[in-house]
Amino acid sequence: MSGAVSAAIEVRAVEKRFGNVGIIRDLNLSVAKGERHAIIGPNGAGKSTTFNLISGHIAPTSGEVRLNGDLISGLRPFEINRRGLSRSFQVTNVFARMTVWENVRCAVLWATGHRYAFWKNVDSLPEVRERTAQILDDIHLTHRRDVPAGLLTYAEQRELEIGITIASGATVVMLDEPTAGMSHAETDRAVALIRRLTEGKTLVIVEHDMSVVFGLADRISVLVYGHIITSGTPEEIRRDPKVKEAYLGEEAH
Amino acid sequence: MLELIVISTLNGVLFGMLLFLLSSGLTVIFSMMGVLNFAHASFYMLGAFFGFQLTKWIGFWPALVLAPLLVGAIGMAVERYGLRNTHKHGHVAELLLTFGLAFAIEEIVSMIWGKSPLDYRVPALLDFPAFTIFSTNYPAYKIFMLAVSVIIFVALLIVLKRTRVGLIVQAALTHPHMVGHLGHNVGRVFMAVFGVGSALAALAGVIAGPALVTQSDMAASLGPILFVVIVFGGLGSLPGAFIASLVIGLVQTFAVALDGSLASAFGPLDPSSGPSVLTDVWNVTIAQVAPIVPYVLLVLILIVRPMGLMGTRET
Amino acid sequence: MTTAATSTSKMAAEPAGGLRFYGVWLLGILVLIVLPMIFSSGGSLTSFSLIGIAIVFALSYNILLGQTGLLSFGHAVHYGLGGFAACHMMNAVVSHGWPIPLPFIPLFGGLGGLAFAVIIGWVMTKRAGTVFAMISLGIGELVASSSLILRSVFGGESGITTDRTALPKMLGWSFGPQLQVYYLIAFWLVLSAIAMYALTRTPLGRICNAVRDNPERVQFIGYDPHVVRYIAFCFAGFFAGIAGGLAAINFEIANSAYLGAIQSGLVLFSTFIGGTAFFFGPILGAILVTYLQLGLTNLTTAWQLYFGIIFIGIVMYSPGGIAGLLMMHRPLIRAGTLWTVIPSYLVAVVPTVALACGVILAIETVARFSGGDPINLFGIAFIATSPVTWLTAAILVVGGFFVARLAWRRIAEAWDKAATVARDRGYLA
Ligand SMILES: Nc1ncnc2c1ncn2[C@@H]1O[C@H](COP(=O)(O)OP(=O)(O)OP(=O)(O)O)[C@@H](O)[C@H]1O
Ligand SMILES: [Mg+2]
Repeated sequence: MSGAVSAAIEVRAVEKRFGNVGIIRDLNLSVAKGERHAIIGPNGAGKSTTFNLISGHIAPTSGEVRLNGDLISGLRPFEINRRGLSRSFQVTNVFARMTVWENVRCAVLWATGHRYAFWKNVDSLPEVRERTAQILDDIHLTHRRDVPAGLLTYAEQRELEIGITIASGATVVMLDEPTAGMSHAETDRAVALIRRLTEGKTLVIVEHDMSVVFGLADRISVLVYGHIITSGTPEEIRRDPKVKEAYLGEEAH
Repeated sequence: MLELIVISTLNGVLFGMLLFLLSSGLTVIFSMMGVLNFAHASFYMLGAFFGFQLTKWIGFWPALVLAPLLVGAIGMAVERYGLRNTHKHGHVAELLLTFGLAFAIEEIVSMIWGKSPLDYRVPALLDFPAFTIFSTNYPAYKIFMLAVSVIIFVALLIVLKRTRVGLIVQAALTHPHMVGHLGHNVGRVFMAVFGVGSALAALAGVIAGPALVTQSDMAASLGPILFVVIVFGGLGSLPGAFIASLVIGLVQTFAVALDGSLASAFGPLDPSSGPSVLTDVWNVTIAQVAPIVPYVLLVLILIVRPMGLMGTRET
Repeated sequence: MTTAATSTSKMAAEPAGGLRFYGVWLLGILVLIVLPMIFSSGGSLTSFSLIGIAIVFALSYNILLGQTGLLSFGHAVHYGLGGFAACHMMNAVVSHGWPIPLPFIPLFGGLGGLAFAVIIGWVMTKRAGTVFAMISLGIGELVASSSLILRSVFGGESGITTDRTALPKMLGWSFGPQLQVYYLIAFWLVLSAIAMYALTRTPLGRICNAVRDNPERVQFIGYDPHVVRYIAFCFAGFFAGIAGGLAAINFEIANSAYLGAIQSGLVLFSTFIGGTAFFFGPILGAILVTYLQLGLTNLTTAWQLYFGIIFIGIVMYSPGGIAGLLMMHRPLIRAGTLWTVIPSYLVAVVPTVALACGVILAIETVARFSGGDPINLFGIAFIATSPVTWLTAAILVVGGFFVARLAWRRIAEAWDKAATVARDRGYLA
């Protein structure tokens, strides 16, 4: 594609209107390959909507989104996913009646090339089994492998959500508030997990917990009313008066 | 020819309005509760049978009021004791419950009244020709049916636009997830909506009974058409249901009235070719095709506009 | 019941393959072989044949409902078209003298069912849920009505007849006697059941489950739920066609009743009553419903009403079906707490049976009010027009209901206790 090193994700002049309410206005975002990028912003700023726009869950009203230089806006979620972008959901979104093992395994199947195969025994695919086992081990759910996902505790479901997202081995991983609602200990464990699992990958994360954000991110973008007011390193963001006013200011009160 | 067009248009609009009496209730129930009430046509059938029985006992006019009330009460009971308990098992279970109910109601009706058509007569008061167009006498009863449907239609409009309940229903139509915010009232509202929907269906049954055939399979034969109407119009859209009701009512009435076939238009096929699918298609009359027309429309709309005419909902 | 949700769990990992797994299948095959030797009357052979066909049909339906979460009200379309395809194929084999023996015919039935699924399925499976249900109903009506118009293909009201004995013999079998037809059906039953079970264990089968649980999320793990539904629909159509082909062989006729709403309703009843969450659920359901259907038609004119009531009861109180009810007990058996609930079951039997008798008496009273034989309940004759009968029915229904409700509450309590213990011992999530 483009000769120069293209960004992993490039969002250019994206607008999204619901009815006649503009939720996302002139959104520009660039995430370099291998970068850990956090998006922060007050409630209702449009962070999840941004995720939905990039991952193909909803189509932008105008503007374009590129993944590794290729235009992906207008593609459907599974097409984008097959190009190596995987996302999690803010509200847990798992396969409730299937076991933890099955949940993760389903997420492994497409990437391992088994697709819609109806002539293979799913239990005797060594690479699928190994990868599933590895991920269950990573997310510390091996001991719960035969429990239906709907019966897991909240924190376990959040971990499973991360597991399903990274299972396909996507090179671009987007996590929407992965630690929301977790206790301190659980959050620490989840952050360590995310750090380890996204080693060498591009990560976009939405997070309200500032200690998580400043500890994890290489770069941070601040989203307010559907517009990115500034992007920069954690140091730059910390010093930026606009951010203090729009976002951190609220926290300080 | 002109005569046929005028009469068929009248009959078509009448059938369409009847369909709307049913599909409006179905649509509102679906939008608010997410349940497609499979037994809706069964309530229509119960209306016809109760109407018949009550007419025999106390006369047509009291029956016209009482039968819908009775069926409305049954509908409320179904909501309160059936659907509300099944809700926790999901929408498929709710749909299945109403499916089982439709099945059971048909059996009960044929057990009590038998399987053959009932002698449900037009009331004497309305048993005269209203007017004569060309050479056809148009029965006053049909005008009466049309009038009732239009009155109900207007009443529904007023309720929807002017009352508090109407506002809630409208809000539910456009923002289904908002229904949850009704608070502790939600159960009562559901029950009322379900009751009113059932009563409207029954009213359609009482007035349609004497004009159409009152028989234990009337729900099974009308039900699928009703579902075509609301899928065609777009699930959850009242204007869609209205347009679809009229379209299907007119199309079907015209199809029944037309007697042509490809053979009559272009002459018979070479007889030596013997029976084949082609001869079947060539010789079938439009009237014979009439029953499948709604379903053909359904397939077409799904190919062209999977959401239905005016639908916005994914599921 | 509160524990219903856990009934689908596969707690305490078990060795999936192994002796027990193959043992169950071998036992099933053995039963199929031995059955006609024990019950060899013509009547039972006919029943077994019908049950075999119904099982294949119900299993094919569960590919949609249980595996993929698609509720179809028109599955008989594929069954019926399979039947017609088989009849036409048999007649063609005879008239052209092709060397195709009868045992291969169900395959053509399957292809008939598959062909229609391939053509119409893409449009139908665009959307799931309620819309799919309604469309399946509409397509069902469309095909059923069209079959009466296209007389040259469907033979109008009378249908298409055929003669299964006119086909080339295989291994010296003419397939004239019902016994030979039974074994033919049993053979295809085993074949289809194994194939359909194997399907659940493939990548496609698992993704079907994922689409059932959460079609939105499936898109974010690389799959197009529409394609998944479409392929599942085609498989279901194929196996339904095989069942229809078997029926065509069994009855030597295919007519429009094969693809009508009643047939579609019956397969839904069988599958759901049996239970959709387990592979063997539809098998139980098909056996029960077919058996009841054959048995009840002679006893009462209201047999369909009983189905309706059983079905409603299952939907409301045990959406996992019979299989779900049975499998609920597995963790309790493992944890050794089953015995704590048995006494409350026994206590509940009496009022529940009384309630059921009351309902039966009430229904039969209405059914036979204007003439008919007296109602025979446990050897006691009740006259439908007698107030004694009405009173008995009323007492049984009302009394039975209130006592039974108490008894059921006791069961629920005992259950919760037993389940808690099972949970503590790690057999239940
Ligand atoms: N499908 C939709 N239709 C209409 N409005 C929507 C839709 N989705 C989101 N919105 C609105 O867009 C705005 C942004 O929502 P979004 O979920 O993206 O916020 P967010 O930044 O993720 O907030 P939070 O921190 O609470 O998760 C909200 O006001 C929301 O109500
Ligand atoms: Mg959000």
